Amino acid sequence: MKDLNYIQKFKELRIDFRAYTLFFALVIIWLLFGSLTGGVFLSTRNFSNLLRQMTIISFLAIGMTPVIITGNIDLSVGAMTGFISVIAAYLQAIIFPNLLPGLFPSLSMESLGIISTVVTVLICLLIGLLIGLGQGYIIAYGGVPAFIVTLGGQFVLKGGILGVTQGKTIIPIEDSLRVMAQGYLSTHTGIVIAIIAIIIIFISTLQNRAKKKQYGIKIRALGLDLFFAAIFSVFILVFTFMMNSYRGIQIPVLIMATIAIIVTYIMNNTRFGRYIYAVGGNREATRLSGINVKKVVLRTYAMMGILCGVSGIILTGYVAAGTTSGGTNYELSAIGGCVMGGTSLMGGIGTVFGAVIGTLIMTSLENGMSVMNMSVFWQYIIKGLILILAVYMDVTSRKNKV
Amino acid sequence: MGVLDLKDQFILKIKNITKDFPGVRALFDVSFNVKKGDIHGICGENGAGKSTLVKILAGVYPYNTYEGNIYFDEKELKLASSSIEEAINEGIATVYQELVLVPYLTAGENIFLGREPEEKGILNWEKLYSDTKEILTNYKLNVPLFTKISSLSVGQQQMVEIAKALSRQVKLLILDEPTSALTDAESNSLMEILKNLKKSGVTCIYISHRLDEFFRIADSITVLRDGQVVDTVQTKDTTEEKIIAMMVGREMKKRFPDKKSNPGGKLLEIKNLSVSWKNKSIIKNVSFDLKKGEILGIAGLMGSGRTELVTALFGEYGNQVTGDIFLEGKPVRINSAEDAIKYGISLVPEDRKEKGLVLIQEMFKNISLPNLRQFTTRLNIDKYKELQECKKYSDYLTIKAPSLFTITESLSGGNQQKVVIAKWLMSNPKILILDDPTRGIDVGTKYEIYNLINKLAEKGVGIIMISSELEEVLGISDRIMIMHEGQCAGTLERKEATQEKIMALATNIKKNNRYD
Repeated sequence: MKDLNYIQKFKELRIDFRAYTLFFALVIIWLLFGSLTGGVFLSTRNFSNLLRQMTIISFLAIGMTPVIITGNIDLSVGAMTGFISVIAAYLQAIIFPNLLPGLFPSLSMESLGIISTVVTVLICLLIGLLIGLGQGYIIAYGGVPAFIVTLGGQFVLKGGILGVTQGKTIIPIEDSLRVMAQGYLSTHTGIVIAIIAIIIIFISTLQNRAKKKQYGIKIRALGLDLFFAAIFSVFILVFTFMMNSYRGIQIPVLIMATIAIIVTYIMNNTRFGRYIYAVGGNREATRLSGINVKKVVLRTYAMMGILCGVSGIILTGYVAAGTTSGGTNYELSAIGGCVMGGTSLMGGIGTVFGAVIGTLIMTSLENGMSVMNMSVFWQYIIKGLILILAVYMDVTSRKNKV
Repeated sequence: MGVLDLKDQFILKIKNITKDFPGVRALFDVSFNVKKGDIHGICGENGAGKSTLVKILAGVYPYNTYEGNIYFDEKELKLASSSIEEAINEGIATVYQELVLVPYLTAGENIFLGREPEEKGILNWEKLYSDTKEILTNYKLNVPLFTKISSLSVGQQQMVEIAKALSRQVKLLILDEPTSALTDAESNSLMEILKNLKKSGVTCIYISHRLDEFFRIADSITVLRDGQVVDTVQTKDTTEEKIIAMMVGREMKKRFPDKKSNPGGKLLEIKNLSVSWKNKSIIKNVSFDLKKGEILGIAGLMGSGRTELVTALFGEYGNQVTGDIFLEGKPVRINSAEDAIKYGISLVPEDRKEKGLVLIQEMFKNISLPNLRQFTTRLNIDKYKELQECKKYSDYLTIKAPSLFTITESLSGGNQQKVVIAKWLMSNPKILILDDPTRGIDVGTKYEIYNLINKLAEKGVGIIMISSELEEVLGISDRIMIMHEGQCAGTLERKEATQEKIMALATNIKKNNRYD
């Protein structure tokens, strides 16, 4: 009997050309804007801004990926982000300042602020989860098309925003919440986190080798594995030092990276993730394999809801207020990011990593054009056209393969 | 016959056709001729190149993408790219293995799709349906006029496909495994249709896995093996055994493996099972039992309720099922596929592409899909264990694929079916239900599947197998249950069963004229 080696060989040969194309496109866009803006675009300061700009959309794009992969869509995420954002502001500016001092009379203002933020975050995540579950339930168990449910949801949530704000901007926001969206890690913390990440990379590389050995799969030379681990490590270090040379790694970027890693893990290494891809690939065959398809769909919306919560919290912290226009059109940027990153609207195909890179490309375009002082109407037109072009190229390249 | 006559004797001459795909040579130096007015059979195992040949003739692979020449109707056939339409204009129409109908349109709308009769841009529905009716009655195709394709049986859909091809004024009709989805009765009427067509001077190329059909209608047979022509023979000069020997390259003595039948204790008992679905009673009072290690064959015409019966056992109709199901003596309720799998019942569905496989995914993911719990905790999949297990079953079934990471879509039909079977073997079922598992599969793979079923039965697995082929039901079953209009028309022991008896029960005719 042949051993598992031949399996592994093919896996290694399968290079993900898509990922490389995306990276290539990103580098080209960066170089292009770098030269058009006389290097301003490529400065660490602008880079830092660029990454922060993408975070709010990236949470939505990360959550949208599983939703689209199962063959659904969520048009309500922009409004949901806005709604949760004003809820957060309302809690912090109106509810808690009256409530908390009465409950904890002995605590300082600063401590009360932190309690306010923690509770706000928990409530926002819970609200996101509940809205996601509600919409998901109607879609999965009620059989109403996702497009309609989430379009309706968008209207409802927009109404909710106006109801909460009464059309006014809500301030002030606690400093501790602002830090979550605007803060930087100290240079030391940044380096410590980078080192921890590097240690994890090496440990998992070695664990993987041990596992392969256990199942009798041929492993490549230790040096080669270590070399790849080293490349990733260098990448992390360069990034850390680059950010540290400005003000440090931004906290929202760290949150984004953490969430992207968690969701990627869920998609690749859990039954839930496997089922998401299977449902998108062939719903009927998946159902007949004894998988509760409705539950899978419901869960993708629950996850989407929680991530809208995260997005709303960061939005409030970033704007330092709850505004009526917060979150407008975010759903389109998020869907654009997913699709640009290779997620198929037909379902079954897509990655979180792609969605993040896709969002980065979209944000880079936006940022680059702003740095160039291009008028806003051109910005919209160019963004739209590039999105269409990207998907067109993707579609044709897939066609050629078949 | 004079020398001059030779000139128009052949309507189609295929000369030295070679077709390469990246990494695979699908056809090599294929040459043969088809006589005008003949029914010309083409057979070969899966992957022998039959479908590629059809696609060349139909213009899917246009001129210049292959080497060699084709002469059709006195002139060389040079089909430009993407020219299925052009092939039809030349007089070549093809009915494919895979149905290509619009599910939400009626038979008539499908037949005249793209060339609807119209007056000043407005559709003439009356003419469309009267023309459709004319075609359907002329060729004795039993298809309801106003029903949407999606609610027709596979057999009827196939008939619409054929009607669609016939509605064009074709000189050459290519049928790529038209009967793989038909019941014997439906196949019989197709044979009649083809004989009529022959009388009206249409030439047919007929591709099939059912060799007996060639001997009923074909004038000559070309056998392909590994992309090459083994021989073209006159049907009257050959036998089924000789054809099989040519196809597999060796003498194949038996079509069905020997079996040791030794049923054990009662595994499953069904009492008065009825199903009503969408206000229609589709299964009426069916009772039967299944013993450990027994192979129960279910025969019946398309639409007799045989598929509905097994899917009801698999929980497809939820709470619309009445009656009692006893599993190893205990009463159970099966309301979903999840329940069924929990009780150790697995189903290899009739339509592997629609219901059995996630085609865009890798092979191993398909095999492990229902079985992920075997190697996962809530938070992690042990991928290496998963691969190892998948490998075990893929080897056991000798699935021919470059690797476990091969996308399922790119496998041949027989191998795809093996993937579906592998997936359900891994679930370690007590009862394995197979709904027409050998449909559209070559002789060699069929034999492997029969062998496997026998081995499973020997291990004590209870097998329920639906089959459209009478010979197969007779060759493999310990007992045969015959369905007719949602009811059990009778059960026959292996010893007493004959094709005639089954057919009589299936059609509910005491004396069946066709078999007199």
